[in-house]
Amino acid sequence: MIIYPPVPPGSQPPYLHTPYGSTHHRAPRQPLITLPHTLSERTGPVYGHNPIGETDNDLTRHFPEAPQGERIIVAGRVLDEDGRGVPGALVELWQANAAGRYRHARDNHPAPLDPNFLGAGRAVTDDEGGYRFTTIKPGAYPWRNHPNAWRPAHLHFSLFGPALVTRLVTQMYFPNDPLIPLDPVLGGIPDAAARERLVSSFDLAITQPEWALGYRFDIVLRGRRATPFEEPRP
Amino acid sequence: MTPSGSQTVGPFFNFGLTANAALGTLAGPGARGKRIRLRFRVFDGTGAPSPGDAMIELWQADAEGRYPHAEDPQGAQADPHFQGFGRLETSPEGVCEFETVKPGRVPGPGGTSQAPHVNVIVFARGLLRHLHTRLYFAGDAANEHDPVLNLVPAARRATLLAAPGEDNVWQFDIRLQGGHETVFFDL
Repeated sequence: MIIYPPVPPGSQPPYLHTPYGSTHHRAPRQPLITLPHTLSERTGPVYGHNPIGETDNDLTRHFPEAPQGERIIVAGRVLDEDGRGVPGALVELWQANAAGRYRHARDNHPAPLDPNFLGAGRAVTDDEGGYRFTTIKPGAYPWRNHPNAWRPAHLHFSLFGPALVTRLVTQMYFPNDPLIPLDPVLGGIPDAAARERLVSSFDLAITQPEWALGYRFDIVLRGRRATPFEEPRP
Repeated sequence: MTPSGSQTVGPFFNFGLTANAALGTLAGPGARGKRIRLRFRVFDGTGAPSPGDAMIELWQADAEGRYPHAEDPQGAQADPHFQGFGRLETSPEGVCEFETVKPGRVPGPGGTSQAPHVNVIVFARGLLRHLHTRLYFAGDAANEHDPVLNLVPAARRATLLAAPGEDNVWQFDIRLQGGHETVFFDL
């Protein structure tokens, strides 16, 4: 049986994070009510029947011509809290293009759209929890959160694990980006080690010779195997 | 290992997450049960609707209270014409509407039975973590003894009740903040 202990303090951002302006009117002010996990929380959407297309995890092959920018490979494993791979997890990815522009009607950043880049892909983890995307390194872009605010380059990830409790939406950052310490979104996570885990690492083993640099990004979902010494959360 | 930190979906998720409008339909033509529509409206603390930058996901049992999932002992008998999962973005008016059936009762803790409910997740710009809530059906006799509703202070329970309207539409307003703030759950 899988149990879902409470998340460790500091590993998750609060709802109200003053430096991120959009939280001011959207963060609940009432305390959340702790919900004992019932069948409704221990089950969740299963994606096995939704076919994944052959090029769904290669964002550089969604149009007849290649997109502009630096081609990269992003690979890693989806793990549970015991470090075991989570097989069959749906991983969705979306991002800005190399110039820092999203293909979205309300993104008015004056940077070019790329007719050969949508910026959305998906994959399902293999038996060991592994996933792999080929894409373009996204550009940084300005936003209006505070004067001269820029988001560090990032990829958005959405994951479904085995249960409603394991749902996760997060962002992956790139190593050595000088914008990271200035970012109020990543900065919303209180614990420095937890922030660092959202920064991918350059990996020569993932790098494909004469083709693309590789980055490793492992993702940990909630859930661990119950042992006789542990009681499920009341 | 510590679970990875959550980050906001931001405002520009729709080409990545909500391009498939078919995810507004949970119940296929052959699904068993009472066909209903669930109409959501999302408001921020100023009372303004979330204009196209919020996303609602649903997870619900079929009309007999079964989840198509290995954890549910009844899961193998779940209605094959019902997928249980829905996902839509809010419109410029902060609205989205799902086609589904009224869920059945699902087992609760200690041999109890839960009132019919839909599990709801809210994602939006400005939410560094998604929010979990539950939609119950106003007037359902089972609500009074629901083990989860009874965890909620009585004065706030009404925020979890969808209101019946015409043509089997149930309206559920999500208020992220302020007066009549929706009850959200910590899972």
